Amino acid sequence: MEIGLNHYLILSTILFAIGLVGIMRRKNLLLLFFATEILLNAVNIGFAAISHYYGDLTGQMFAFFVIAIAASELAVGLGLLIVWHKRHGNIDLDTMTSMRG
Amino acid sequence: MEKYLYIALFAPLVSSMFSALFTNTPKKQFVGIIASLLIFSAFVSSSILLTHILGGGEIVHVEMMTWMHTGNLYIPFGFVVDQISVTMMMVVTLVSTIVHIYSIGYMDHDKGFNRFFAWLSAFVFSMMILVMSDNFAGLFIGWEGVGLCSWGLIGFWFHKEVATWAANEAFIMNRIADLGMLIGIFLVYWNTGSLQYDIAFPAMAHLDTATLTWIGIFLFVGAMGKSAQFPLHTWLADAMEGPTPVSALIHAATMVTAGVYLVVRSNELYDLIPNVGLFIASLGAFVALFAASMALVNRDMKRIIAYSTLSQLGYMFVAAGLGAYWVALFHLMAHAFFKALLFLGAGNVMHAMHDELDPFKMGGLYKKMKWTAIMMTVASVALAGIFPLAGFFSKDAILEAAFAEHHYIIYSVILFTAGLTAFYSFRLVAMIFHGEERYKLFGIDPHEAYKFMLVGMSPLLILAIIAGSLKGTYFEMITELLPNTEYHIHSELTFWIMTIGTQLFVAIAIMYAYKKYAFSPVTLPDGTSKTENSFMYKLLINQYYIPYAYEEYIVKPYNELSAAMWEVDKKVVDASVDGIAGMFYGLGENTRDMQSGNLSTMLKWMVGGTVALLSLAVVFGLAARYSDEILTILSGLGV
Amino acid sequence: MFEAVAFYLFAFLTITMFLITVLSSQALYALSALAAGMIFISAFFFILGADFLGAVQIIVYTGAVMALYAFGMMFFDTTREVKEKKGNKFIIIGLSTLAAVMVVAIFAAPIVSTNMQAFYPMIDGVGNTQQVGLVLFTKYLIPFEVAAVMLLVAMVAGIVLAGKKMDLSLTLMNAEDIKRIEDEQNKKVLS
Repeated sequence: MEIGLNHYLILSTILFAIGLVGIMRRKNLLLLFFATEILLNAVNIGFAAISHYYGDLTGQMFAFFVIAIAASELAVGLGLLIVWHKRHGNIDLDTMTSMRG
Repeated sequence: MEKYLYIALFAPLVSSMFSALFTNTPKKQFVGIIASLLIFSAFVSSSILLTHILGGGEIVHVEMMTWMHTGNLYIPFGFVVDQISVTMMMVVTLVSTIVHIYSIGYMDHDKGFNRFFAWLSAFVFSMMILVMSDNFAGLFIGWEGVGLCSWGLIGFWFHKEVATWAANEAFIMNRIADLGMLIGIFLVYWNTGSLQYDIAFPAMAHLDTATLTWIGIFLFVGAMGKSAQFPLHTWLADAMEGPTPVSALIHAATMVTAGVYLVVRSNELYDLIPNVGLFIASLGAFVALFAASMALVNRDMKRIIAYSTLSQLGYMFVAAGLGAYWVALFHLMAHAFFKALLFLGAGNVMHAMHDELDPFKMGGLYKKMKWTAIMMTVASVALAGIFPLAGFFSKDAILEAAFAEHHYIIYSVILFTAGLTAFYSFRLVAMIFHGEERYKLFGIDPHEAYKFMLVGMSPLLILAIIAGSLKGTYFEMITELLPNTEYHIHSELTFWIMTIGTQLFVAIAIMYAYKKYAFSPVTLPDGTSKTENSFMYKLLINQYYIPYAYEEYIVKPYNELSAAMWEVDKKVVDASVDGIAGMFYGLGENTRDMQSGNLSTMLKWMVGGTVALLSLAVVFGLAARYSDEILTILSGLGV
Repeated sequence: MFEAVAFYLFAFLTITMFLITVLSSQALYALSALAAGMIFISAFFFILGADFLGAVQIIVYTGAVMALYAFGMMFFDTTREVKEKKGNKFIIIGLSTLAAVMVVAIFAAPIVSTNMQAFYPMIDGVGNTQQVGLVLFTKYLIPFEVAAVMLLVAMVAGIVLAGKKMDLSLTLMNAEDIKRIEDEQNKKVLS
């Protein structure tokens, strides 16, 4: 059957929902980052699909920049994670509650 | 000519602002001098305007700026100098200048010297706004302004509780009357569409009598408060707690005459409703007798003079109520001169006797205070209405008006009051200045006032003597604006009998007063004599028990009501406000757990929020898409 | 027909891999599954004709990002089992399902309007890479440069945060201080 834009968008949504499950569920900070990557990739699929079906290159441009941003975010995030681990010895979310309101 | 108007209007304001700069500093002589000079400049401008109007010049009407212009309501800051207002301006500025000069000497040792001049000049400014304004709103501004300054001046010695109480009483009674006046002003605007005198009054000729009656009544209620007519009269006697120059300026010449000014200014209205005018005249006659009776036995010098003022105000309202507006204004003018003179003289006596007010404790002061004695005697003669002094012309005109209009009851009341007036004025003069020197028993050593104060009072003395001769010029000027009502007694004989008869009656009263208090020994009343325990004496000295009645039947129940309402305020109003605040606080406390600091929880909240927003998007998107179907369904349901 | 087959195959694989990533209790399995998922996503890009994007996905994501995560895992010693307190399962699953359903509804209904315009249309007859290059270096030049600066900053930040003895700056200290620190270091090593 013909694969249309809707198929890709539904796929993107399902992957996004899986990413949401991940970020809600994970208590280890590093694994949380994995789930964030899933979110970003889901969105990239959406962008590329729309770009293909509408004949517009804007979607792919956005996908590029998302990849670039994801990479830099990862670098800084891991650096911070390392500093935290040096100080506290673990990276469990339930112990990081000093920002309590 | 406009610049004279502005000088006359704003010089008192400048004086007040200037003196206000020094209120926190100790007494500075130049404050009084500069204030007096500025008020004098206002007086000079008023005189120039008076000569202009007298010489047949046209009315000066300026509109300084717009105050309100909303919808159909247009109220400017406008000022008019016509025959009525120039008369009032003259009186006000003249008496104010003299009182300012007098106060430099009277308040010589007072700590609040500078503050006094600030309040006094502010009062003059408010009074000028009142008389010069060309619309009811400006009148009301001046009305309230004089009420406020009167409060400040009566309660000038604010550390004395009696003084603050008297000031509050004056202000509150004025406020109660001002409610009536406001309703009157609202009715004027509602029915005529404008508050300007030159638009509202001609328009009133087309209104029906019932509306006009209500307007007239309500405006008069305002006048009742300001001019202390019964039953709003108790504040005037209590207002004597203030310094004597205050009594001279405010409670003799200016503020209390504002009510008369209002009725005179609204003469076109009151001409259309003669029944209300008759009521005003009857009330005026009643007040005249009522006040004179209370002055007969009083033992406080300033209160006697205050009751005298009240009585003379009654006379003015008799004249105004009967339609003789120019007579009322003329009596206002003459009365201002000799009453202010009387008060200032009393101030001298008070100062000399170290603030002693009981005339029974004075006596024989003629030897020590010759000039004051002469001034007070002349003023009392003018007050009694003896020819050829000022009071004769004005009072006689009122008596003629009453007689010629066939209001014989009113005529007899005010005739009898004239006799009483003469009696109590000379009772006061005789007890203070003649007879034996009772003050020596109390170890007081009196001395005459400062020379410059006496010189300052002298213009009033001269005017009290010669003001009668101004009647002709005044009449010609004022009847260009006011209705020309000359009263002709039908027969010449009746006229002469009336005049000579009145003079004789007054002369007999004076002689009786002198005989009783100057030539026979006067004993200090100590509560045991027969007269003091008689019913009439007790009634009069307690002011017919009216202040007592107010206290018992109005003030006390009101206090109880307020206390009860305070409970309601605490339990209902405060509780509901606190309840709302408490509810929000509780809400905040309970949702505080949302900020747990745990990233995982917050991420769950984030997703929850996203779901909520998405559902909103779905709902609204569906609504937008199927809006037509939704509308048809809703209209089918009858919404 | 081939397209449909490829689509469904890769979709199934991607979803499976990502499910393993979020549900597994072993960190190593999660990492590997994530890497695999990235590759399959690049397959999608190739199906969609975005060749350059697919290549970049493999190089950057699977190559650099996954390598970085692997290093991170080594550092944090997450080979043992990750102990996690149980969150409320129903909330998690429920919320995600709702979100997914609603987004699908919005796209599939379609509730949002469907007239979209192409701003940078594809040119036929030219390869995808050339087209990307044309657009990237003309219309998107400034974001490109800014992204480059951002990557530089991220790199510096990563080095500073993770490196040893990064609080001292060798270029800003003068010679004696450097000598002194080196002597201390040598003493520690030798003794």
